[in-house]
Order: sequence, then structure tokens, then C-alpha cells
Amino acid sequence: MMKFRFRRQGTDPQREKIKQELFAFNKTVEHGFPHQPSALAFDPKLQLMAIGTKSGAIKIYGAPGVEFTGLHRDTTAVTQILFLPGQGRLLSLLDDNTIHLWELVTGPSREAGGAKKEGVVSFQEVNEYCLPGRPGIESCSATRVTVLLLLKSCDLLCLGTEGGGVYFLELPRLWLQESRTLLQDQVTQSLPDDYRCGKSLGPVESLQEHPQQPGKILIGYSRGLVVLWDLSTRHAEQMFLGKQQLESLVWERSGNLFVSSHNDGGYSVWAVASGNTYNHQPVSSTIPYGPFPCKAINKILWRTTQTGSPVLLYSGGMPRASYGDRHCLTIQQDKEHVTLDFTSRVIDFFTVHSVEQEKEFDEPSALVVLLEEELVVIDLQTPGWPTLPTPYLAPLHSSAITCSCHISSVPPKLWERLVNAGKAQQGRHQTHRSWPICGGKNVAPPAKQQELLLTGHEDGTVRFWDASGVALTPLYKLGTANVFHTDCDPGDDPHDTSNDPDMQQEEEWPPFRKVGCFDPYSDDPRLGIQKISLCKYSNKLLVAGTAGQVIVLGLNDERSDHSVDVSVVDLLQDREGFTWKGHDRLEPRLKTAPFPPGFQPQVLVQCLPPASVTAVALHAEWNLISFGTSHGFGLFDYHRRNAVLARCTLHPNDSLAMEGPLSRVKSLKKSLRQSFRRIRKSRVSGKKRPIATPTSKVQEANAALAEQDEVAPIQRRIEPRSADDSLSGVVRCLCFADTFLRDGTHHGPTLWAGTNSGSVYAYALEVPGVGSGRVCERGGASESSTSVEALLGKEIQLMHRAPVVSICVLDGRGKPLPDPYEASQDLSIAPDMTNAHSVLIASEEQLKVFSLPKVSAKTKFKLTAHEGCRVRKVALVLFSSTAQEDYSEHTLVCLTNLGDMHLFNVPALRPQVRYDCIRKEDISGIASCVFTKNGQGFYLISPSEYERFSLSAKVVTEPLCTVQLDRSLDTTFASDGTTTQPQANGTHKNQAEGQTSEPPSSLSSPILDSPLDSPLSCADLTLDSTGELTVEDVRDFLTTVDEAENNLKNMKEEEGRSTGILIN
Amino acid sequence: MSRQPQRTPVRTGETVVEVKSKFEAEYRRIALKRNGPGGFQEFYRLLQTIHHIHGLDVLLGYADIHGDLLPINNDDNFHKAISSANPLLRIIITKKDGPGDVMKWPVRWRRPVLPLIPTGDEPEVFHTNSLQRRKKGLGLTGLRSTGSALAHSKHQSGLLIGPPRDFRQISSIIDVDILPETHRRVRLHKHGTHKPLGFYIRDGVSVRVTPQGVEKVPGVFISRLVRGGLAESTGLLALNDEILEVNGIDVAGKSLDQVTDMMVANSHNLIVTVKPANQRNNVVLRGSKTSVGNSGSVGSVGSTGSALSHDSPSPASQSNPITASSIAEGDSDDEDDDGDLILENDCLVPYNPHPGPHRTQGSGESPCSDPHTSAGARPLPQSISLPSSISATLNHLGTPSHASRGSQENMKEDGNIITL
Repeated sequence: MMKFRFRRQGTDPQREKIKQELFAFNKTVEHGFPHQPSALAFDPKLQLMAIGTKSGAIKIYGAPGVEFTGLHRDTTAVTQILFLPGQGRLLSLLDDNTIHLWELVTGPSREAGGAKKEGVVSFQEVNEYCLPGRPGIESCSATRVTVLLLLKSCDLLCLGTEGGGVYFLELPRLWLQESRTLLQDQVTQSLPDDYRCGKSLGPVESLQEHPQQPGKILIGYSRGLVVLWDLSTRHAEQMFLGKQQLESLVWERSGNLFVSSHNDGGYSVWAVASGNTYNHQPVSSTIPYGPFPCKAINKILWRTTQTGSPVLLYSGGMPRASYGDRHCLTIQQDKEHVTLDFTSRVIDFFTVHSVEQEKEFDEPSALVVLLEEELVVIDLQTPGWPTLPTPYLAPLHSSAITCSCHISSVPPKLWERLVNAGKAQQGRHQTHRSWPICGGKNVAPPAKQQELLLTGHEDGTVRFWDASGVALTPLYKLGTANVFHTDCDPGDDPHDTSNDPDMQQEEEWPPFRKVGCFDPYSDDPRLGIQKISLCKYSNKLLVAGTAGQVIVLGLNDERSDHSVDVSVVDLLQDREGFTWKGHDRLEPRLKTAPFPPGFQPQVLVQCLPPASVTAVALHAEWNLISFGTSHGFGLFDYHRRNAVLARCTLHPNDSLAMEGPLSRVKSLKKSLRQSFRRIRKSRVSGKKRPIATPTSKVQEANAALAEQDEVAPIQRRIEPRSADDSLSGVVRCLCFADTFLRDGTHHGPTLWAGTNSGSVYAYALEVPGVGSGRVCERGGASESSTSVEALLGKEIQLMHRAPVVSICVLDGRGKPLPDPYEASQDLSIAPDMTNAHSVLIASEEQLKVFSLPKVSAKTKFKLTAHEGCRVRKVALVLFSSTAQEDYSEHTLVCLTNLGDMHLFNVPALRPQVRYDCIRKEDISGIASCVFTKNGQGFYLISPSEYERFSLSAKVVTEPLCTVQLDRSLDTTFASDGTTTQPQANGTHKNQAEGQTSEPPSSLSSPILDSPLDSPLSCADLTLDSTGELTVEDVRDFLTTVDEAENNLKNMKEEEGRSTGILIN
Repeated sequence: MSRQPQRTPVRTGETVVEVKSKFEAEYRRIALKRNGPGGFQEFYRLLQTIHHIHGLDVLLGYADIHGDLLPINNDDNFHKAISSANPLLRIIITKKDGPGDVMKWPVRWRRPVLPLIPTGDEPEVFHTNSLQRRKKGLGLTGLRSTGSALAHSKHQSGLLIGPPRDFRQISSIIDVDILPETHRRVRLHKHGTHKPLGFYIRDGVSVRVTPQGVEKVPGVFISRLVRGGLAESTGLLALNDEILEVNGIDVAGKSLDQVTDMMVANSHNLIVTVKPANQRNNVVLRGSKTSVGNSGSVGSVGSTGSALSHDSPSPASQSNPITASSIAEGDSDDEDDDGDLILENDCLVPYNPHPGPHRTQGSGESPCSDPHTSAGARPLPQSISLPSSISATLNHLGTPSHASRGSQENMKEDGNIITL
């Protein structure tokens, strides 16, 4: 029957066409910082930067909005990348010793897809090479490439290898020029005997081309020998007999000097004076952080300036004992000396400087440091070398992301105030010089509306990101730790320590300066943000955290000194027999405190017990907030500062919730189980050993049994959910709605709460001033109207007891109710209050629409029973049509535990389309998914990266950029196009259609009454009227009329009706 | 015996039982004293009076708390009915041998496959009109009748129907006639028991014989039975049985977790098609439809409506064994419409035109107690047949008492729902 209906629906060509105009799945862009970067390159001509990752992805960035992504076939770490300057080509060396050539190419790389785009630029692999192992006894590790050097002429690639040989590849064909190969023996022969001493020179550590004389390269071997090799004559022009193990080499611009850095934390300056073939001593040799043993200087750069002494930049070299664990990079010029102290490992760095041959000096303008967790750019032109804020590659995970929230079409006023608040926050140590990496051109039309992405973090901060375009840019950072007393110094404003220069510049040697914002260590995990809700019209922000704290904040452009009102709400309400064994609640700061411009806390509500907040709702128009934990939920009037309601949702048998997250019982159980496993394992391994001692047969049998048990496949228990399953009282969702709960004629404020065990509580609220007409009608009942009141209206226990994921009230047209203020300020179409409302309750197992005020099921879809997948996230999304300007549909988007997206129309709940989106193993990705209101979404593909995807055919945000190439073929082609983007960490999915990015029109375009074939309009209206009448009732009205087959017939009709609407 | 005139506001309490009687499409509401309701004959006449059906030969039935329709034909079962009213007693009056008198017993009154022999201490056979087992979604098949429905019943007339407790729906093998002999479709019912379903499943490899030869495909198997659980105690499932379908949906290509979720989602009415590991106990079907559990009718288990409702999926499932999805549909559709327990709060009557102290009644109208659609959960509208004060009262049946009952009891009640 189901199949039949699906088929019938599937064959409706008109509906299929509409679906195509509405829905299309694309993964469009990755926001944030690439996970596990492993290589860095810069093209000074095109001003493009490339980052390679351990998963084999290469990402190219230019000006904000210019992005290209490529993914190697194998997920092997990229160890080195090189640009062919100005050509839009890139070479990559992978960990498996293969070399790949990539190109930015024009022409569609894909044939599929209806719209064929002209001149699409995509980033593609065009060639591949693997250095063959040397014939003979040497293993292939000898030809393992250690360094790459591209000659300025761009036609020859030099490869230094582990075995000490240097090989040459012709570009761009990647052909090995065997005749040029320089093996170590040739070099060794010409060495003086006392230096040779029978030992190998070691792998090639560095290859550098002479800056002034093309065709001469400097070859540095691990043992310390540096050779100036003339490629054309094939002989060693000079030898520099270094004694210290070599790490890296760099030329001075003139070519008269080069600098070598060493294993012992020192660097040496060598003069290249023609004449003597052997140089035994460097001009100078320094160990900057000596005299105690130091770590190696991994890379050194020497940049000349017009004004004075050269700038020396090197990573590492820290005193081993005292600061060996620091990740440092030193900038040195004359007396100025700064040791940048990073929180994660330095992968690589480069300077942006003038490369024109005719210029005499390097004149470095910026230093770009790629760290394992972030990108830091230092302005070298401004005294004091301040940091430059990055417009992209923001470290989303500077503190671990704990939740996220998306706000679409942000009002310009709020946007402006946020931007200003963010600007005021930027410390004195940041400059506003223009971004140095500015290649390519973003040709995407400017976003028509502003979008905000809010991320909550473990350290209690909420970060506001500009998510309007391809580049996710930080706007503003809000700290909530200053509301509480924390372990750190109370005088210290934890809000912006990272920006406070006085705190960081300590009078010590080395002169450390903390740089970067990646800070994985949280002072107090209780500060972590769990839920965020923002009212964009009233600028009220609600954040809730791990220790049951719920904070209401208001936006203020001025600095303010005030104290925060604190209220405590006991959610247990004297339920007995429970003790909370988890963490204590945070201690609020009761004195007045200064709060910087931006969102400033006004009210703090603390739940007792201080369990993590699991759901929040904010209704700024009614001045109400609601919050839920694993124990219950509360309703608070933040205007009058009083708690309206506290309701315990605990099941009496649920002891686990009481214990808190650090349950002793649980861990004991677990550890017991683990220790048993260990015992069992050791037995098994004992058995596997060749039998040395005679074992009894019983023991053997036991071991065999144990082994069998071990290999026994996973099994799953089949049991219905019961009320006393653990954590059944967890409040999963809360929602406010102005709807009909009491009866069909009077609507009013309501609060809905859903729990982990399938219970839904609906409260009717009395809010003074709201629906006052009704109060009058009630006559004398308004004496209590000075405070908000809540009355329990309904309790719904879903029979299947699955956790309630979401509750949403639909208006008389079956559309979701608008947000607070939207209707009253004419920002959206007023909801239909004339026809009966309904409530959509999505549980983990099924989606169900109930009529209101009499709660009876109207439509449903039993997802789990049919598909075997469980609902993880749902959202009501407005999809606009690509074909008809004013046509749009409200659709329920549902992400399941298998990582696929199911789209249903509302309220009929008919399945529309299904897309695979996230790998089902990627639990954190599924858990982190947020949807926008217009059909896009974000999920974490790594701790530091959001994947942005689009379910809408119309609303797509993806890179559209041009790059000026000086390649011989098409010298100045400027083409717009999209990147094809294999996902760096996610699954490969069907890729970007060449859609122009068109942000959605206003809040909700006028949705005309749907055409006949639209599922929106179908029989549901009639349903609405009959839904509340039972068969009996109908008959009561129509006594004595057509009684013949009364019962049966009515029954049959009812059946027919419901099956006509129900899907399953 | 306190007779109250028809359509008087009903005051409820411990002492009074609210009675709602139905004859054809008409309803009457009366109240009876719980402790002295009188005898059956008196009651019979009372109903005849209030329904204005003097002289008409009728049968009385009532809906017990499990939603079963049980006969009232003597003082004993009348008193039983009164005492079990919770708080509403629903009476269904049917004409004896009327033209529309299609005999349909709910399927669960069928004699089950498992030996469960009616004790038959009551000689009378109760006839009833079309009892809609909507909630159960069980097909109503023409069986066990003495009247005009005899045609439907192959053999027996005057079969003895035992006390209701013997006729709970129980776990059974179903669809024997439409499945290959090597397969077995099992329906697990937790009705009235507190036994767990009691089995575990695992991944495994299934060997299929195909024209190309023997093929190994991944399958899901029963890995463990819990002693005393439903699966073990009924003997319907056994270790290493391969699971082929869950409520009519093929599990091929589904992961273990998916199958687990499907089973849990359907656990209130779990129908598993298995290929038993032990193929020697297979039911042999040789036309003897009358033998085991009237397998012929069993095929319509998924039917949602009456046997007469042709759009019910039962015919499909009979003709096409594969579309057993109808089972899942039919059953579940109806089942949890009412399955979700909805409690209403009487505090929420601020707009009542007749303000006043509303005494609320126990929530006997919890969905499980009413075989008729979802009336249990839905209070009556303000219909012309009732003074509005009544309807107001009825509108808010039962919250306080319900709410005041511990959730333990709620759960118990819900358990009943599950098994319905």
C-alpha cells in the first residue's frame, strides 16, 4: 500500500518538476580552518596561498571569497606544496612519495547538470609522478623525496632525497632528466679527506636557487655540508663544510650571503666569496637562546630591508629544558626581538615581500605562519609587529565548539551594532592594514541579506560569525565567564586576556608574546555554552550552559557597570530521594562589574540541580524564557525577574539523571566490565602463545570459550522503550507559541516541552498585556494579571516513548508560526488564526501532526518503523522555487542518525526527497548540524571546520571567483566559475551545480495559495474540520439520518480518510 | 437501584457509574449506583426504555478496560461490568438477528495457534454487532457465530466462548497460508504480561540458493533468547532464526542498528518474518484451513477496519505475501492514534460559559477503554443531545485523578495501550 502510494506520487510529473525547482543538494563550501594542515605555499605573483592537509586536500585562498579546493585521490598527507608562480599551477608532494601537478583550468570539468557554465575555473590534478627506486641494493627509502625546489624559470624541478641524491624533473611534463641526476658520490669525491671521514652526507635537507645567478643551486645535506652546484657545468662551485647538523638554508637577496640553521638551535651566516672552493668557517655563528642546549631551528628566513638591518625570522631554537615544549617563532631585527609564542605547532611560514628582480631589498610586509590549529599573520611594516586579523580560516575551535545557532536575514541595525561591538573588542595589538593575500577576485554578488552563525564554546564564549558569504568572518566575541567567579584572578577580565598586551609581554628572556587565539584549555568546563537563542528584533540573547546557568543578555553600545540579577530555580521541587552528585553550580559575581559594549548580561537564572541545560526557548515579546535540563524545565519572566514555573520531569525510577554526569555507579559498572574484558583478553592471548606449559583441558576450553565470546558479533537487545529508561526526564525541546490550547476560539500564549521519554507538556500562559481583550472578556479574572501565570493544559505521552526532538505549532494554513515580533511588526505574514492550528511533534521515531486544541493525530510518518533510521535534527525550512519567483513551500527537513536528509511537506508529512549528507559514522557531524531557514545548513566535518550545504535549488552560497593567470595559453582570461569541491574530510557527494548564489528574498515571500497539486493544500483543510470530531460526534449531530450502515459506513469513511492522508 | 432520568447531569464519584449506551447510532447516558446497580433484567429493561426499543430483542455488550467487547447477559457479568467500569461503562446494544447483524469477533478472540483452550463455562454465545477494533487494527473476520454469519464460519456453531481472560490476544504464528513453508511470520504480543520481548539480534551470513548456485549474503539473526521472555516462552522464535522482515519491511540491506531501531519502533506490535533455523517444525499446509488457528482468516491480521471494508489492506496481503507492509500500516496507523496518551487539564476552562466547580472524573476514558475509535481521548462536543453542563464536565474528564496517580500507574495503563 505504501509502495503504491509512493509510486503514484512519484509519477506525477508536475510535482516532480516542482520538486526539482525547489530541492537540490549540494555541499558548497567549507568554513573554518582545515583540519590537520601539513603544508603551506604562497604564490607571490598571483597572491594566492595554498594549504595542504594530512587528508590529502589542497585548499587555495586569495582575497576573501576566493577559494579553490582539490582533493588527492588517496587520502595521504600532503608534505610539501609549491606554486609555479603566476601560472595557476601547483605541485604537491605526498607522503607516499608521489608528486602531483595541479592546475586552475577553464572549461567545465563536469558534463552533468543542466546548466552549462561558460569558462568555469576549477582546480584539477593534471599530472602525477613517482620517483623510481634506484636499481641495486638500496631500498626505496633512498629515493624518498625530502625537499623540492622549483627553479625561477619554472621549467625544472629539483628533488632532494633521503639517499642524498638530487634529481631533476622537467616541467610541466614531469619527466625525469636522468643525465642531470646528482648522486651523493659525486659530491663526496670532491670533498677533502678530513671532512669525508667515511660517513654519508645524509639526506638532502635543503635546496635553494641562487637569487641572482640562475642555474646555481645550493644543496644542503643533513650532516652539515652545503654545496653550491652549477647545473649547467655540473660541478660544485663551492663547498661549505659545516660541522653542525643542518636544518634549513636561506639566501640573502644579493646572493652574497646565505644562512643555515642547525639542529643545536643555532644559525650561521656564510659568505659566498668566489675564489676559494672550500669554506670551513661561517662568517658568524649564533645560538640565540643559548648557552644551554636548545632545540633545532627548523626553518630560517633572512629578509633585507631598505631602512636598516635585515629581518631574521626563525622557528624553534628554544632552550630545551625550560621552554622546549613551546611552539615559537622569533622575529629579530637589530635590537628588536620578539618570540611569538603559539599554542600549537608551527607547520610552516612565509613572508610576503617584493619579488621583482629589479628591487634591491626584500621589504617584507607580512609574515604568515601556518600553525596546526590556526593561521597567524603578523604585520611586519608596523612597529611592534602586531597581528593582522584574518578574514577567513578562522579557528572556529579556538575553544571547542559546544553548540551552534544560525540567524538568517539579520536586521541591518543589529548587524551594524554587532560590527561596532566587535571592532571595539579588537585589541591594540591588531592592525587594520589590508589583508596581504589578495589574489583572485570574488565575483559573487554581495549577499542580499546578512546571516549570523553563533557558536558556543567550552570556555563560555559565544562567537558571532558573518556567514553571509563564502568566507566565515569573525564579527564579535561574547564572554560569559565574567558573570561568575572563576578560578582565575578575579581582577583579571577573562573576557579578553588574549587581547590584553600588558598581560602578555612579560619581562623575561626569551621575550615571549602570546599570539593567536587557539586555546583548547578551558578554565572551568562548567562555563561551556550548551544552548543559544537570539531574538534579532529585540536584540535579546539567551545563552545557557553546562552548570545549569541561563543568562539573558541585552545589546548595549556603551560600556556599562552593573550587577546581574541572579535567580535560582529548583527544578526538583522537593522530589525526594534524589541527590545530585555532579558538579556544583557556578558562583555568580554579585558585585557590579564592568561590561564592555556589546551583549551585556542582565539576568542570570541558575537551575538546581546544576545539570547541563538541554533546551531553551526565548520569547522576547512576552519577556519569557524557558529552559530545560535532565531534571525538568522552568519558565522565567525576565522582565519581572520572577520564576513562573518549575516542573520536574523525572521518572521516579530514573536514578541516573540524579547522579549527574560524573556518575559513580556508571563508571564503576564500566570499569568492572572493562576489567573483565582485560582478564578475558589476557586469557586469550595466553592461549595464543605456543603452549609452553601443559594446561588442563578445562582451562583450554575456557580460553576457547572466551575467545569465541570475544569474536562473537555485536548483538542488540530488542525491547520496547520503557518509562524508566535512564535519562527519561531530559527535556529535549521547548517552544513558545500563540495558539489554541484551551479551546478553538481563544488563542493565547502557550509553552510546549518535550522530553526524552516521549512526553509532551503543554502549558497555557497568562501574560499580562498579551491578549488583553480576552482578559476583559473574562471579567474579574484579571486581578492576578500583574504576573505571568502558567497552567498545565495537556500532557501527551507518545506511545512509542521515543525522545521528542522538536515541537512546532502550525497555523491554520499549515505553516509554522512566525517568530516573536515578526507578526506584530509586520515583518512577516500574520499567522492564520481563523482556522484550527495543529502541532507538529517530531520524535526520534516518527513525525506526527496533531490537531489543536483537541489533541488528536492528523497525519504522521513513522520513519523508524519503515526506514530503520532515527530522527536526529529537524527544522522547518522555507524552500523557494527557482522557476517561479513567488512560489515557496514550507518543508520539514529531517536529519537521521544515518546521516541522510529526508524532506517532508507539512502538514501532510509526505516524503519529498532524500539525500545522503553525512557519513553515519560521523556522529559529531550529525550532532552539530544546524539548518538555516532558507534551506542551507552547516555541520562540523572536523573540530575546526563547518561544511556548508544547501538543500535548496535556489539558495546556494558557494565560491564564485576569477583569477588572472599569465599562463601562455590564455594570458588574461577571466572567468567566473565554481570550484568542484571534493570534501576534504567528509564524504564525496554530488557536487556543485553551477548555480548563481541567490540569497532568499525577504522573510517569507508571499506564499500564494498553493496550486491544486501542491501537497500543502491537499485534503488537509477538510481534515482540520473533521479532525476534532469523532465518528460518534458526527452521528450525534445527525441522529436518525441514514442510519442503515451507520457504524460500518462511518468507520469506513474514517478509515478511508485517514489512509488517504497517512503515508504509512 | 437508582435510575436517573435520561440526560440528567451526571454526578460522578465513587458511588456512581456513568453509563453510556449505544444503539445503532444513538447514545444515551445514564448513571448507576456502583454498589447497588440491580439485576440484569432490570438493566435490560432500562436500556430498552431509554432507547425506546421496547419489544426489540437485543443483545448487550460492554467494553472492558482492555477494549474488548464482552457480553452482558446475566447478573454476574452485569455486575462485573459495573465494577470494572473505569469510570465510564460503555454499553453496546445490538439487535438480535437483525439484517445488519454481521457477526464479527475481533481476531484476538479467535482461537489462537497456541493451545489456549477456552474453559467454556458459560454456555451462551454472545452475538454482537460490528465491533470496530479500530484501535487494534485487527482484522475482523467472520468467525465463531451462530447467526447469519454462519456462512463465514467453516464449521462450528455454538462454540463455547469462555471468560474473557482466556481470549486475550496472544503471540502467534500468522499468515501461514501465504508464506512459503520455510518461513514463519510471528506476531509477538505482550498483552497483560510483564514479560520482556526477550531476544537479541546479531549480524550474520545467510546462505541463499540461487540459480547461479549458493550465495552468501549478510543477514540478521536471533542471537540470544532471554529466559522467561516472550520470545522464549512462546517458543515462536529460536536461536539463529534469520530475520527476513520486520512488520512487513524487508531487512535486506539494512544494518543491524537499523533493524534494531525498526523492531523497537514496532515493538508494541512486532511482526517478524523469520526463516527458522530448525526447519522441521514448519507448519504444513494441506488445505486444512480449519485446523490450526484458522489460518485463512489470519492473513487479514493487518486489516484496519471490518471485514467488509474493502479498502482495508487485508485482501492485498492475502493475495500478495510480499506486501505485508500493509500489516505494519494497518496496525500502526490506527493503533497509536489513540495510543498516545493525552491528558487534559480541567484547570483550563477559564472561558467556560458556565463557570462553577467542575468535578472531574477519573480518566476512564483513557483511550484504552474504548473500542470506538478515539472517543476515549476526545471529549464530547457540545452536542444538542446533551446539556452543555454535562459536556463541560465530560470535556475535562479525568485529569486530576489521572495526574495524581503515580506515573507507575500511568505506565501500567500505557502498557495496556501497547497491548491493545
